[in-house]
Amino acid sequence: MLNYQSAPLDLAFQALADPTRRLMVERLSQGPASVSELAQPLDMTLSAVVQHLAVLEASGLVRSQKVGRVRTCRIEPQVLHSAERWISERRASWERRLDRLGAFLVETDPAIKPRSKK
Amino acid sequence: MTDRNAKHATFTIERVYPATPARVFKAWADKEAKTAWAYCHAEWPVSDHVFDFREGGREHLVTGPRGGTRHVFDAVFLDIVPDQRIVYAYDMHLDRRRISVSLATIELFAVAGGTRLVLTEQGVFLDGYDDIEGREEGTKIGLDNLGRAFADQRAA
Repeated sequence: MLNYQSAPLDLAFQALADPTRRLMVERLSQGPASVSELAQPLDMTLSAVVQHLAVLEASGLVRSQKVGRVRTCRIEPQVLHSAERWISERRASWERRLDRLGAFLVETDPAIKPRSKK
Repeated sequence: MTDRNAKHATFTIERVYPATPARVFKAWADKEAKTAWAYCHAEWPVSDHVFDFREGGREHLVTGPRGGTRHVFDAVFLDIVPDQRIVYAYDMHLDRRRISVSLATIELFAVAGGTRLVLTEQGVFLDGYDDIEGREEGTKIGLDNLGRAFADQRAA
């Protein structure tokens, strides 16, 4: 039973389903950046980056503000209400845990060396 | 007075692991194996851990930052189908305050090259979380971990 409380989370996790957008969030988790700074390490056109940014903004994960000719982007964790944030933390903690399970399974696999993880 | 409220949420997370369903199942079924990956803060001392993995059996874990809030996890295993499914109900307390009651379902499916794991949590989150210490910090740590996890993923 999915209820409306999870809708913002669905948007957030859909936004994070894309590897380019995850790179952008990773970069922004270190601090605000301009659109061109965000685009710099990415092998795509500026307009493609702007489209990805629009998805992140729609999800509420990222906010941007234009000052003069520079649009600065930042992570916006405050946008989720407390319950949603809390639920998102629970989900994020499961995500981390299941990633650690993956690492554990690779480390303990007798058939493969730990370095052979993709 | 505590502001009483109950928020319901359901979410599903999927992973594909390059391991057999039997190995993935064992990682949940074995206390030592589960301890190696399942707990959020490896640096927190565990003051109590009961792990009785059978239908009707319980898991009880007490942990938390030294001298800080006690995080208490209590679960009862309701349905266990070896190598295929685990269903358990659990609640979480921060000190004496129950913050959530959930049903967790872990389903394992054999797929080419490994196992697809589908985790579904159906929960009720109780009485808000606003006045609980560390929420903002927790969000920040979560985002930092997210960034780090992606960095690790790329480096690996």
